[in-house]
Amino acid sequence: MLSCKEVTEICSREQDMPLALREKMGLHTHLMMCTGCSNFRKQMAVLRQAMKFYAEGKAVTADPDERPLE
Amino acid sequence: MNRSAEVSESSGLPGAAAGISAEALISLRADMIRFAQLQLRNAETAEDLVQESIEAALRHSSTFAGQSTLKTWVFAILRNRIIDHLRTAKRTVPMSSLVDEGEDWQERLETLFNEMGGWRDDARPVAWPNPEESMQTQQFWGVFEACLDHLPTNTGRVFMMREFLGFESDEICAQLGISTSNCHVILHRARLKLRGCMESGWGRRPVEAKC
Repeated sequence: MLSCKEVTEICSREQDMPLALREKMGLHTHLMMCTGCSNFRKQMAVLRQAMKFYAEGKAVTADPDERPLE
Repeated sequence: MNRSAEVSESSGLPGAAAGISAEALISLRADMIRFAQLQLRNAETAEDLVQESIEAALRHSSTFAGQSTLKTWVFAILRNRIIDHLRTAKRTVPMSSLVDEGEDWQERLETLFNEMGGWRDDARPVAWPNPEESMQTQQFWGVFEACLDHLPTNTGRVFMMREFLGFESDEICAQLGISTSNCHVILHRARLKLRGCMESGWGRRPVEAKC
């Protein structure tokens, strides 16, 4: 049985490379029972998405020229 | 392979040429330098690449169709230049500094997990409210940028190579001369810190920033 500490490491690694089948099974078994790690995994996806927006210059910044008119 | 070739600067922008003003580009300059410095950790190189990007944008302004925002388009140019620069530059992060930043890592992990490796109650991740919608708000990005800034220098740099510039982790390891497992540890460290910071600053409603 994987610990939360191990699962967070796997959730991060999953962002960079495919997981081995055994790891995937261990991960999903753990996630079914653990809200904290499920939230963590979703957050990894949010960070990935946010970084993608950020890289594409789509972040909503406080630049006054870009603020919509009120 | 030159990723900042004309093709990539004008790709995906069919339709009538809109043209852009030098003033509009200059107003983005501070943001661009901030981006470049965050990645390159070198003010001079950052300024050079930003300058080149602005010049390239002006040269190819006829290919900007206003379909994407000007900022998106210019940042795509800058990003390609940073990627090219890093591809040609040799190992830029001394291994020792990456190791140094890991010194408090075990301590940090102990504040998050108990002896069994389970989440401590006050560290257990909560569900972030409406992340998709939040990404349309300045508040989200304000916290996000602040949290990126809080990453230790070289940890942040490795993270940005992966997530901002889109290098594969194998390529990062090779460029920095570190092992694959080290590479994953650094990326994991960055993500753990970033998510913790985001949760303190934005994910939990009453803001009591711990980062």
